[in-house]
Amino acid sequence: MGQAPPNWLSYGPVPIIICSALHYYTFFFLFVSAALMSIDSNLEEAGDLMGASRGRILRKITFPLVIPAILSGVIMTFSKVMGTFGGPNILGLPVRYYVVATMIRGSMAAQEKGDAFVLAIVLILFAITTISLNQRLVGTRRSYETIGGRGFVARLNKLGKMKRVLFIAVIIFQILVIAVPIGLLLYNTLMLIDGNYSLNNLTLQHWIGPRNTVYNHGEPGVLRNPIIYSAAWNSIKLALWTAFCTALLGIVLGYAIVKGRGTRLSKLVEQLAFIPYIIPGIAFGAVYIAMFARKLGPIPPLYGTFALLVIVSVTKHIPFSSRSGVSAMMQVGRELEEAGIVAGANVWQRFRRIIFPLTSSGFMSGFLMTFITTMRELSLIILLVTPTTQLLASQTMQYTENGDGQEANAVILILIAIVVLGNFIIGRFSRGSSLQKGLGM
Amino acid sequence: MSTTITINNLTKRFGKVVALDNVNLSIEPGTFVTLLGPSGCGKTTLLRCVAGLEDPDGGEIYIGDQLVFSYDKGITLPSGKRDLGLVFQNYALWPHMKVDKNITFALEIQKLGKEEMGKRVKESLAEVKMEGYEDRYPREMSGGQQQRIALARMLAYRPKVFLMDEPLSNLDARLRMDMRAELKRLHHISGATTIYVTHDQVEALTMSTKIAVMKEGVLQQLDTPDIVYHYPANLFVADFIGNPKVNLLDGVVNGKNVVNIGPFKLAIDNINATGKVVVSIRPEDITISTQPVPGAVEFSAYSVLPSGADSTIIARLGEVELTIREMGISKIKMDQKIWLTFDPQTLNLYDKESGNLIAS
Repeated sequence: MGQAPPNWLSYGPVPIIICSALHYYTFFFLFVSAALMSIDSNLEEAGDLMGASRGRILRKITFPLVIPAILSGVIMTFSKVMGTFGGPNILGLPVRYYVVATMIRGSMAAQEKGDAFVLAIVLILFAITTISLNQRLVGTRRSYETIGGRGFVARLNKLGKMKRVLFIAVIIFQILVIAVPIGLLLYNTLMLIDGNYSLNNLTLQHWIGPRNTVYNHGEPGVLRNPIIYSAAWNSIKLALWTAFCTALLGIVLGYAIVKGRGTRLSKLVEQLAFIPYIIPGIAFGAVYIAMFARKLGPIPPLYGTFALLVIVSVTKHIPFSSRSGVSAMMQVGRELEEAGIVAGANVWQRFRRIIFPLTSSGFMSGFLMTFITTMRELSLIILLVTPTTQLLASQTMQYTENGDGQEANAVILILIAIVVLGNFIIGRFSRGSSLQKGLGM
Repeated sequence: MSTTITINNLTKRFGKVVALDNVNLSIEPGTFVTLLGPSGCGKTTLLRCVAGLEDPDGGEIYIGDQLVFSYDKGITLPSGKRDLGLVFQNYALWPHMKVDKNITFALEIQKLGKEEMGKRVKESLAEVKMEGYEDRYPREMSGGQQQRIALARMLAYRPKVFLMDEPLSNLDARLRMDMRAELKRLHHISGATTIYVTHDQVEALTMSTKIAVMKEGVLQQLDTPDIVYHYPANLFVADFIGNPKVNLLDGVVNGKNVVNIGPFKLAIDNINATGKVVVSIRPEDITISTQPVPGAVEFSAYSVLPSGADSTIIARLGEVELTIREMGISKIKMDQKIWLTFDPQTLNLYDKESGNLIAS
């Protein structure tokens, strides 16, 4: 560790790919696990009865059934990575390795908005292509309806001796990708000078140290730094506002979509709600700059305001919130509302006293999901933040670009702590709301 | 407090499917009318139109003197203003509210006083024999109890019209019997005009003042249970009502008051009938004998199915198969020879072509 790693491993395409893979495998995991969970065990048992071996069943039955999900996962991850800004920026910029997302930021910073918008359109076109490719490839013929209306059996497969081995492997993997980086991050923030691993280099300067012109361009330790407090407050405020608006909007959209189920309007609303998903985060930011930099009809120029950050974050999350809203609403029987109609309750009374209480767990999981993703969102808001609306995520970006790595890492740890704490608090209040539910899976 | 319900030329379409086809129905104050028919006949749709949960595509509905729906005049009174109560097939109790809140929901909307609400809750729970259940959540009660609470919820705001959509279909057979008696009693006491939807003919026969039999959105017959059972208006109603099923025999009117069935002839009382007809005979209207009787027709017992209080016997003669109902456990053996006697008074004749009853 005393040796500086070679440049090709520290910067450029290799670490960007590793980093993105580690970041998005959870996303992929949710995709595939949802598909695996929806496979009726009878399908596997039928193979078992015909004398197929475990490996054969896995190869010939289970795997082909989840291929559509795997394919979707691949394509969706591809389009998501295309719009990712954070990783490529930190790991690519020092060696002048650019991706479209970082180029958009560069053009924007150089006041060449035209270039930035063109690049944003390129990104959007890319995304649209991959989505339609997804629909073309996975399409209708190969997307198996694994959830039937009939009774449905999920049986746990005994892994036998493999169980322990697999379990340990998974644990080691989790430690490698989560505990080790966080530990290193923490260690890094305790080093006075980056790269010096000797004991007397350990310090709390970056956390609670006073103002010192030698370190961090004269900024005090993060816990004494008003800039950090203001950014943290902004981040939390943004995440709460966004989560609240998004969850509420999700329930309302879900209500509208489910109530009108079968009509063309309902289908249109459902599809429109999905559009923000297609547009990569940084391109989304560019679109909003183009829209709100000037006065737009009755709307004053919103660029540089906190409201714009809320609006863009809410819009970006509509696809998820509408999905979780729909799935929450599907569980509320039609008659429950009709009983309210017969009792003489108006729309508002029905919504407040019947629909909302019954979908509150859907609301909570939508809230949680949005809170967490908004807290750590960077690609979406990087073009829109200004010094007065600085957020934790964008603050780390600025410190990294200034070369104050330890300070940036300390901020990242604070960010992680807030997200974990938020998750814990919300989990306390709402049993059974989980991230998976928030994704509508 | 009871009221009339008048339905004129009511039509409802779902896309291309015609769920209600020009339905006319007039319900007198305080009667218990059952809408009876197989699934998809439009009975639930008709109920929902009266309740105001569906908007019809034509026609009018009056509750009392009040026009609550008119397609031509563009009138649709909201459900809550029609002064009616509805019991749903799956009860539709709000799962997040305790029993008392479920009951007071409508009362709160009517802005009743606290004391009055408390009184109503007590009264209505007493009416369905569920005193002391105020603090239960719906999921903490059995299906039968939930059913009673759903009834109490309707009774509490004292509507002029009771609507019930297959309220007993989710209960087991035993409970269903008990609830039939309770429901009939409740109607007897309250005297509210009631529309009751069911596909169960026994339920319809046991509870109704009048039965409205429906098929494919068209009203087939509206009569008392007695008339509907003994003089079904057409072959569909005859076939749908009665268990075991009615015997329907193809025949030709041959000379005076005789129908030629094929292997045998039947004497009839109907002098107006001519040509091809269908004869209907209820299984309990056939007299069975193990000895030759003058005027009886010899059959063979194909299958004998005793079921306690009565027995069903399937008898055959050539192509003709008859179902006969005999009281008690039958002593008849399978393949035994039996002699059947038919009472001309109990036979109904239907036109083969139209399927309609030929008046006698």
